[in-house]
Amino acid sequence: MSAPALRPAPLDVARVREDFPVLHQQVRGRPLVYLDNAATAQKPRVVIEALSRYYERDNANIHRGVHALSERATEAYEGARERLRRFLNAADRREIVFVRGTTEAINLVAQSFGRGLLGPGDEVVLTQLEHHSNIVPWQLLERERGVRLRVAPVLDDGSVDLEALLGLLGPRTRLVAVAHVSNALGTVLPVRRIVEAAHAVGARVLLDGAQAAPHLPVDVQALGCDFYCLSGHKLYGPTGIGVLYARLELLEAMPPWQGGGDMIRTVSFAGSTFADPPHKFEAGTPHIAGAIGLAAAADYLEGLGMERIRAHEEALLAYATEAVGSVPGLRLVGTAPEKAGILSFVLEGVHPHDIGTILDHEGVAVRAGHHCAMPVMERFGLAATVRASFGLYNTREEVDALVAALHRVREIFG
Amino acid sequence: MSELRELYQEVIFDHNRRPRNRGPLPGANREARGHNPLCGDRITLRLQVEDGVIREARFEGEGCAISTASASLMTEALRGRPVEEAEALFRRFHALVTGEGQPPGEGPPLGKLEVLAGVRAFPSRVKCATLAWHTLEAALHGGGTVTTE
Repeated sequence: MSAPALRPAPLDVARVREDFPVLHQQVRGRPLVYLDNAATAQKPRVVIEALSRYYERDNANIHRGVHALSERATEAYEGARERLRRFLNAADRREIVFVRGTTEAINLVAQSFGRGLLGPGDEVVLTQLEHHSNIVPWQLLERERGVRLRVAPVLDDGSVDLEALLGLLGPRTRLVAVAHVSNALGTVLPVRRIVEAAHAVGARVLLDGAQAAPHLPVDVQALGCDFYCLSGHKLYGPTGIGVLYARLELLEAMPPWQGGGDMIRTVSFAGSTFADPPHKFEAGTPHIAGAIGLAAAADYLEGLGMERIRAHEEALLAYATEAVGSVPGLRLVGTAPEKAGILSFVLEGVHPHDIGTILDHEGVAVRAGHHCAMPVMERFGLAATVRASFGLYNTREEVDALVAALHRVREIFG
Repeated sequence: MSELRELYQEVIFDHNRRPRNRGPLPGANREARGHNPLCGDRITLRLQVEDGVIREARFEGEGCAISTASASLMTEALRGRPVEEAEALFRRFHALVTGEGQPPGEGPPLGKLEVLAGVRAFPSRVKCATLAWHTLEAALHGGGTVTTE
């Protein structure tokens, strides 16, 4: 998250696009314009190859086998953990827990940290713009443990009302769980301020980084957060794999959340003992290939440079924000000063779902709906928006195609 | 483009812009709500059923052009129709928009509802066209809320 000392050389997008096989196809007779990256990102060839290579050469179960393949698989899997530690700049590789994705990471924290260490009257602070997966796990905990949820409101431009959020913090606050970047609006939250203020009252902070990690350099030590969650598939990696970063002392104090193989030290009917972190939280055979694929994605992203990716996407978002202004009746939802990767909007007189269908016919893939963030949609009095979300391989020409397709919607709907 | 034109026919635009039978129905004796969680479309359908015949059908709610037009066209098609015939109509309509063959046996003609046939080419939009009809099923069988999920 630190500012770059030098302005990085711009990303060579034409070359980068060559790395993504899926981009080179026609949809309904037109070149695919993939602007649904916030839902899932496409995969560079190196990730696809890492998966096939693993299955073709090394596939075995990890941590237990005495044979060569198992040793190779174990080494690759644990190597992936180290790779992700570096990607997030965690202090220790034991702080990297592999999970299925951000949803599972948050559920793990809610079930283990929450159930194990929180009780009636303890408060968890969220914001109104959270994804359902950073709301519902806490509601389950609310029901089960009597913890109290406090929700910081969102301002008209899609920023979180920081003063209100800080006002919710107090001696009862045990955890502040907020998005790093909003998946519905693109707002970048002032997470460092939030971390500082939360720590000042002795609360822990969980950052939902699903929409941030693909767009910004993430340094968990610089952020100072206690938990950071991300999904591999939004980070140009495979589906079904993600990361929970948590401070080691927390992982040590937290009880296991799923029982099974790999998470134990000894098992007997008199009682079992558990493995140390991170394995304590990785019961069962993990998604070995997924972790290896995610490590390949981290290699790829760092090869390009997260600062360059950020600069490219910032410029593209600014260009797109201006370009859609030419579409009559279009209103942006979410215009916070700091945004990343996402353009959410509505068009007067046309339902987002109809827009999505017409854009698809022009080869432009976007998302139309509530983006699994119904409370923030309600905040803006909307059932749905259209969301165009950008990735490192998107171009100005693709933004132009989006805008042309939106004019087409106006033509059809009048 | 032709598929798109077939989906968004003039009749559909007309019913989207000026939905028929939209509003409350005092004296309704059947009611159900429908919800499409995918796109947030919501509909409340109210019927006045007497002696096994749907005398009135009106709806309220917000949705995309397809679901609004479908609800509007449905309420027009239901008025004065025996309940059994309405159910047969739903089966025929469902077959029309999903592209399945028409159910065997004689059924009521679809008439104007056929403008929604274009939905067939858009699998992700079938639920928009059928939301009102699933809500009708719920209204005829005890009410409550249906979702398309």
